[in-house]
Amino acid sequence: MNQSPVSSPLLKIMLADRGTQIFLVLLAVLTIAVPLLHTLPESSALGVSGYTMTLIGKYLTYALLAIAVDLVWGYCGILSLGHAAFFALGGYAMGMYLMRQIGTRGVYGDPILPDFMVFLNWKELPWFWSGFDMFWFAALMVIVVPGLLALIFGWLAFRSRVTGVYLSIITQALTYALMLAFFRNDMGFGGNNGLTDFKDILGVSINAPGTRVTLFIASCLALALGYLACRYITVSRAGRVVQAIRDAEMRTRFLGYRVETYKLWIFAFSAVLAGIAGALYVPQVGIINPSEFQPINSIEVVIWVAVGGRGTLYGAVAGALLVNYAKSYFTAALPEFWLYALGALFITVTLFLPRGVTGVGAKSASKAAPAKAVTA
Amino acid sequence: MNAATAIRQGWKKVFGTGAASERPPPGDTSHGTILYLEDISVSFDGFKALNALTLYIDVGELRCIIGPNGAGKTTMMDVITGKTRPDKGSAWFGITTDLLTLTEPEIAVAGIGRKFQKPTVFEQHSVLENLELAVAGDKTVWPTLSTGLNPTQRERIDEVMTTIQLQDRRDMRAGMLSHGQKQWLEIGMLLMQDPQLLLVDEPVAGMTPQEVERTAELLLSLAGKHSVVVVEHDMNFVRSIAKKVTVLHEGHVLAEGSMDEVQADPKVKEVYLGE
Repeated sequence: MNQSPVSSPLLKIMLADRGTQIFLVLLAVLTIAVPLLHTLPESSALGVSGYTMTLIGKYLTYALLAIAVDLVWGYCGILSLGHAAFFALGGYAMGMYLMRQIGTRGVYGDPILPDFMVFLNWKELPWFWSGFDMFWFAALMVIVVPGLLALIFGWLAFRSRVTGVYLSIITQALTYALMLAFFRNDMGFGGNNGLTDFKDILGVSINAPGTRVTLFIASCLALALGYLACRYITVSRAGRVVQAIRDAEMRTRFLGYRVETYKLWIFAFSAVLAGIAGALYVPQVGIINPSEFQPINSIEVVIWVAVGGRGTLYGAVAGALLVNYAKSYFTAALPEFWLYALGALFITVTLFLPRGVTGVGAKSASKAAPAKAVTA
Repeated sequence: MNAATAIRQGWKKVFGTGAASERPPPGDTSHGTILYLEDISVSFDGFKALNALTLYIDVGELRCIIGPNGAGKTTMMDVITGKTRPDKGSAWFGITTDLLTLTEPEIAVAGIGRKFQKPTVFEQHSVLENLELAVAGDKTVWPTLSTGLNPTQRERIDEVMTTIQLQDRRDMRAGMLSHGQKQWLEIGMLLMQDPQLLLVDEPVAGMTPQEVERTAELLLSLAGKHSVVVVEHDMNFVRSIAKKVTVLHEGHVLAEGSMDEVQADPKVKEVYLGE
């Protein structure tokens, strides 16, 4: 008897984990409460300003990125220090759509060309910008571009059995190379200014309160679905193969598994999640520029996951929210202190909390749940 | 081969979505021999790890391989399992499967299981999950992502669990097992793959005498149903299980025969005792 992916036993296993239950409940509360409180006047004690809501929305896209990193690092042992590149590529795909939506409202009023192209004296739209006036196409590219890059990169890297710190270094090189490329004006992505001054999304003003709420809820849903997808993968038999690869790659190979193929798919899926996170991030912050490709960004994501507790998924979410909240707080209150605080946090967690902040409360009981998958 | 076939095969190679029927066939043993190693040489930076090694293993045989350190025992296993490619020579599994053209996972699926010198089980997984990972069946991404085990596979897990006597450790993390239990679990993982040939590297290293005894029983019970090749340093252990012993020295076969015969062999005495 083969279990279909959606049969109830598996769903039960997916939801059996206490951390997952807490996470899903909190996220549901957030999804409903924040837009509701946003309708209250800002002066009231419980009112949530549009700024705060968008800020939380931004954190949620970071949380999705953190889950993507946790999937490859925490479960498959691939320490990717280049995941912000996939995030930024998804963001650029969305940014290109938003640029095309500006139309004649740009400074130069050109109906087709974005302002920066007019400024560069370009006469026609480069081929890779065509199609981005359609939302469905841009949405497709949000998935295809990071996914395809990850497949090609992963195929080359995993096939050559590049692992460990060497792999981490080449992922850094990947994001750095992309940063340098996107900084160039002739690449056709707005150079160091990037893409900004967005006006509309799907025909409605991007700054309208309704749009903000919709984007917020979309971020919540993307996070929930991304989480469930990762959770499904990790409790499936393939998930146990992936963790086996993390713990003893050679043994897994001698059991007859094509290790490279597993790594490749998990890496590509993770890149797609990162791309989706980037696509939701850009309309909420209103800009995408090459600094998103900075190597330090990818390293920060790894710190979020380490702080939250890797190999749990919900830990990645907690880490992303916690560190980014601290970052927002410190960079406003004590700007020069932030990098020291981040460094201290990372060292403290590494030395004293190897399972992250969520690992402090959690018992290893969660291990028993996936074991039942075989008999269920 | 036309372009479409080439692309389809390339896709399968990269993404591993090929059907189970297109796997390398299991060894054809109609000639009574499961493994043919002929004239195999491997050198690392000028050091000859294997030097024109020729070795045949019969179907159902339990063969012990002994030899001093550096005799090439582990390298030989690496060649058989696809980890190391020889500079020259041929390696056939049965009469139809050329091992030198297959990758490690393909060799494993074709029916050669290997136990490493250092016990390598998945310490973070439970005993049950370890056996589940090793179960024979489709090992490509999609089936493992979308389906559970079938009843036959579950029965097989229970059967092997009993053989290696870990039934009451089912849900224990493998990392919590004793050294000896890990070794048995690893042998169990080999059995899950239904291999025709088992390569077992130092199964009793670090075991208590009771554990050694049980391991000997286990290996003896496997011979017949499978061909078993055991590499071991412990002479008493080899004596207790071996019918036929091969002595390796400097990358080639020095002597072959019963334990008493090889111990009486003057060349073996010279190598081992320096006489």
